[in-house]
Amino acid sequence: MSQIRTERYKTEARKAIKDRVLQSALSSVQDRLGKGTAKAYRELPEGPGLRRTAHDMRMQAVENLDLLLETLADNIGKNGGRVIFADDAQAAVTACIDIARKHEVRQVVKGKSMVTEEIGLNPALQAAGIEVTETDLGEYIIQLAGESPSHIIAPAIHKTREQVGRLFAEKLGISYTDDPPTLTRTARKALRQKFLTADMGISGCNLACAETGHITTVSNEGNIRMATTLPRVHVAFMGMERVTARLEDHDILFRLLSRGAAAQHLAGYISYIGGPRQTGQMDGPEDFYLIIIDNGRSKILADTEFREILCCIRCAACLNVCPVYGKIGGHAYGFAYSGPVGAVVTPLLVGIERAKDLFLGETLCGACKDACPVDIDLPRMLLALRARLTRGGVDRPTEGGITAEKVFYRAWSAAIRNRRIYTGLMRTARMAQRPFTGVDGMIHHLPFPFDGWTRSRDLKPLTSKFFTERWNKSRLVNDDNPT
Amino acid sequence: MRTVINNPKKVTLFVQCLVDGLYPEIGEAMLKIFRKLDLAVDCPTDQTCCGQPAFNAGYRREARVAAERFIRIFEKAEVVVCPSGSCVHMVRRHYPDLFRDSPDWRRRAVALGVKTFELTQFLVDVMEVEDHGGRFDGRITLHDSCQALRALGISAQPRRLIAKIAGAEFIEMRESERCCGFGGSFSVKYPEISTAMVDDKVHDIIATGADAVVGVDISCLMNIQGRLSRMKSPVRVLHIAQLLAGR
Repeated sequence: MSQIRTERYKTEARKAIKDRVLQSALSSVQDRLGKGTAKAYRELPEGPGLRRTAHDMRMQAVENLDLLLETLADNIGKNGGRVIFADDAQAAVTACIDIARKHEVRQVVKGKSMVTEEIGLNPALQAAGIEVTETDLGEYIIQLAGESPSHIIAPAIHKTREQVGRLFAEKLGISYTDDPPTLTRTARKALRQKFLTADMGISGCNLACAETGHITTVSNEGNIRMATTLPRVHVAFMGMERVTARLEDHDILFRLLSRGAAAQHLAGYISYIGGPRQTGQMDGPEDFYLIIIDNGRSKILADTEFREILCCIRCAACLNVCPVYGKIGGHAYGFAYSGPVGAVVTPLLVGIERAKDLFLGETLCGACKDACPVDIDLPRMLLALRARLTRGGVDRPTEGGITAEKVFYRAWSAAIRNRRIYTGLMRTARMAQRPFTGVDGMIHHLPFPFDGWTRSRDLKPLTSKFFTERWNKSRLVNDDNPT
Repeated sequence: MRTVINNPKKVTLFVQCLVDGLYPEIGEAMLKIFRKLDLAVDCPTDQTCCGQPAFNAGYRREARVAAERFIRIFEKAEVVVCPSGSCVHMVRRHYPDLFRDSPDWRRRAVALGVKTFELTQFLVDVMEVEDHGGRFDGRITLHDSCQALRALGISAQPRRLIAKIAGAEFIEMRESERCCGFGGSFSVKYPEISTAMVDDKVHDIIATGADAVVGVDISCLMNIQGRLSRMKSPVRVLHIAQLLAGR
């Protein structure tokens, strides 16, 4: 499994907020893509209701996953490909290394694939003495920089052209320039060499098709097509939920994926790969393998409350509208998946307690649900994760303390039940706040744990006479006395 | 827009815990508005809280306690009106969820939800009155609260009400729909993120040159007001009820 850094959410968020360059990049991406996606949905010939149709289509596939995966594996087998079912990250990585050894692979070219990030594939291959080169320009950049992606679709958005210029000067031996076309040409030239000498190409899979036995890859750079056609071996990785029953489902799903991901009507390159090169075909690898990964997904599937997250097609539309992601960037989420989808799927994959900041640290604003091309109810699942956290025998308190919080809400519910107790507590608070209230009538400082508010904001104090007290006292109903 | 409630005679006020304790002037503004519409008003003074804070924090058992009490207090009302979209959302959307395993409570929750309205929705969609005689000399901008907007579809209603405010010039702020960063306990538990978000909102408010920012949910406004106050900004923060009642 890739390194899990979900406990660093608050620290990384703090750093990201102070990073002006990152803030500007995030604003720019959200401005362009977030708004573009909404417009692209409105322009759908079938209308925005298509998202609901797509949702039902994905749910149906998820609920029949066993049948679809079996059919897919059979059909790929018929085309001369080989399918391996990997229970977890380790099994998937081991399978890939075994394939590499079998085919005497020294060099790999790779298309961007979040599931390979999830399982920690690159470091494992490199440790096994195999050279891996990312061919998506953004992934290539962060690979050279030794970093992890900060966005599901645009992994290097946190990097400026100046930073890339310095990076290329250092790692590729060119003289410094920050001109994007020049930098791109440099990368292309360097990558072209890697494409031509690679023994194996690795890709993910956007959506497999059970009926025809194909996987698909989607890009705007054409790099995945090249990475999976030139080398003699192709290994594709697929999260087990990324399959549809029929080829015709792809029409709706790819049009929505492209709109969600990049406000495009359709991505530049969509490739269907059904197996190795067939007799009489000019291009293609000699061997094709598909590694289908579980790594916790069957557990999610079994959980009716969270099964819906398996509908996700990893387009990142939710990242592009999330106001929290827009401030903290992708690294704060500490795992392959960031943004609202990451806030749901990461805790389910790595542990709810361990990744709790991801689903506690956002506002439930709901923008993600509106942006999702398959209408996934992310806010519902964020709330459900919070309920699981409190219910699930949590014994490790943090800061304000989940345990202390539990006590607080028990006391709260006793007060809620009894107006006299409630009013009594409010009156006590009203007296207690006096030393904190400034001459301007606002509270400027509160003790822990409420100082989180007053560090940056004032607070209106409790009023001298509650509305319900005024009501009782002056009987405002049909009263001619203006208040 | 036709709703299930037609020509109500009496409104039961779901005042909201924040209004009760911190912003009673909003409750009083609502009374003024209802009086002008010749509506009788009742305010059950033993109401406390709809349970949303507990629910959002994941404490469903405790939230259910609040919900049962709320239903008992309000279910006999002809119509229930509340100055908060998020509280109405709690009642309409999450109460049935909380009572998933109790069909009788669930039925009562659904029946209550159907006649519970956020203020602007009540005024525009139920009463079908947009001009309440409010007046404001200056520029106004509007913050779209998340739950009101996305969960209840409230967007046109406050704008139509503002359009009838005499003397006011309305300016849309950039990204009025973007979350202000309150999020309940999020504002206290993740303060740097919350502050970064409210800073963006405040920036957009100030950029409109508005004299006042108006909203339909005091929780958001409390967050925005808190930041504006700390920045010593002269921009006023008003709940739509205050604007309509002429403060």
